[in-house]
Amino acid sequence: MLKRIPILRGCPYWLFGLLALLLLPWLVGASGGNYWVRVLDFALLYIVLALGLNVVVGFAGLLDLGYVAFYALGAYSYALLASPHLPHQFEALATAFPEGMHYSVLLVAVLAIFIAAVFGILLGLPTLALRGDYLAIVTLGFGEIIRILMNNLDRPLNLTNGPKGIASIDPIHFFGMNFAKPIDLGFISVPGLYLVFYLFLLLAIGVAIVCLHLQNSRIGRAWIAIREDEIAAKAMGINTRNMKLLAFAIGASFAGLAGVFFAAFQGFVSPESFTLWESIVVLAMVVLGGIGHIPGVILGAVLLAIFPEVLRSVAQPVQNFLFGHAVVDVEVIRQLIYGLALILVMLYRPGGIWQKRGDV
Amino acid sequence: MSLLLDVADVSKCFGGVQALQNVGLQVECGSIVGLIGPNGAGKTTLFNVITGLYPADAGIFLFDGVAYSPESMSKVTKAGLARTFQNIRLFGGMTVLENVMVGCHCRSKAGILGAIFRLPSTRREEQSIRTKAKSLLAYVGLSGFANIQARNLSYGHQRRLEIARALATEPRLLALDEPAAGMNATEKLELRELLLHIRNDGITILLIEHDVNLVMGICDQLTVLDYGQVIAAGKPADVRVHPEVIRAYLGQGAV
Repeated sequence: MLKRIPILRGCPYWLFGLLALLLLPWLVGASGGNYWVRVLDFALLYIVLALGLNVVVGFAGLLDLGYVAFYALGAYSYALLASPHLPHQFEALATAFPEGMHYSVLLVAVLAIFIAAVFGILLGLPTLALRGDYLAIVTLGFGEIIRILMNNLDRPLNLTNGPKGIASIDPIHFFGMNFAKPIDLGFISVPGLYLVFYLFLLLAIGVAIVCLHLQNSRIGRAWIAIREDEIAAKAMGINTRNMKLLAFAIGASFAGLAGVFFAAFQGFVSPESFTLWESIVVLAMVVLGGIGHIPGVILGAVLLAIFPEVLRSVAQPVQNFLFGHAVVDVEVIRQLIYGLALILVMLYRPGGIWQKRGDV
Repeated sequence: MSLLLDVADVSKCFGGVQALQNVGLQVECGSIVGLIGPNGAGKTTLFNVITGLYPADAGIFLFDGVAYSPESMSKVTKAGLARTFQNIRLFGGMTVLENVMVGCHCRSKAGILGAIFRLPSTRREEQSIRTKAKSLLAYVGLSGFANIQARNLSYGHQRRLEIARALATEPRLLALDEPAAGMNATEKLELRELLLHIRNDGITILLIEHDVNLVMGICDQLTVLDYGQVIAAGKPADVRVHPEVIRAYLGQGAV
């Protein structure tokens, strides 16, 4: 339709999509305010998380309920390396960093990818022989261990500041750009939240491309083969042990990466952000969107990140309109509808909302 | 002729059941060797032990004159011994072409970085894998089904796809566990042609099969198992009239 306009003739469709994405924060910001741009920013982070979990659960078929642990590792890596917390606690660090610790978010991101991958392998090693429910229970335990560690590592040495969490974390900044402040382009000033949107958009697109490349590679096929039939995969000469560890490492590294940007964006981390509930939400994004199918997983992440917020904001006005006053507490009805929606989708689209063609 | 596979004194217990007892099996280079016997004789167990699916309790294993310990299936496959399964084990959710491409895994080497960044070398390798998989599909007569999900293939075609997938690992010995099971007469004839074709292309075949006509027709050597022991081995014509084999497996009417 748009191609009827003479200037636009010959433009590929993805260009329109990109343009729409670039305009999205402005439209949403103008109509709904900064709150909704924040929601969009988080939706993009959830895409990165869900795509990472999709490598483990969707491709390799390894049910992981402790995925958020790697997100926590990434978030705490940045929180510790770019906040006043550690220099406050340790005299030696305070003298070593008289200006405070302000490691670049990019540097820490690379570090966190590495740390998370190592922990992914550490989780994978003892669970190689486990499948399905058993693996789920072990990974669940792992996730809880990491969270409880974060919660309790405030004594004898105060590393994580315990349940109080770490505050005053540096905002996203690199190459002289600070994403917490608006940037003046001369003709227009771009608010920080919008800049974060563009940055996370880049991140999500990059991760999606990596996932696509992996899926259509020798390694991606080996993962899917393991998911479909592990014994047959071995008979094809696939070293299933190494391939499973690789899946854990890659999935974990995406979560580590997302964690760093989460911490920098929030400016605050605490163990409360990394509960089992969070793991389950990300798993629900993967399963609901279309397990093993990259576009489906992206859709699932966007829907489940935005849907609860939409419910939160419409529950009150809708009730006022229908009954003149709020009959049910907003938070209660939000959970109710959210759960109901999950059940309905799984009943009527068991393969996910947007599943791979032929998988029906 | 030299021996491609030479195993001796293989034993395997499952709890109190002696599934294999001092079994020996020789496969000559370039031949088709049949492994026959009544149900429960231990044929598939022997396959599983040789290919590293189950650890053996005892046994001497030589592949192409070199001792190997069948502990890991993937290593056995890399060494050049590929197999199919009695109860078909395809990757049902993948397409027919992808199934064969998985078979190329152990003969390709793209690493994680190559895959993530799709480096030129990875791209070239991927192209050659695709070409090879397509030619293998043509080889077994499944060209027209390349983009269908494997689980939607007919039974006979699934068996052929398993063979193509095993051939993609570039084996020197192809071990087939009841490839004709569930096939009709025409499909069996076509399978027979395919097996002879594979043999003539220089790949040695080890075959478990219950179809006596097929086995007697194409095998150069037969080994007969009963209750986990070898009761006869030799040329089909000799095995066919062996009294023990007639008693345990073929039955009086077959003579």
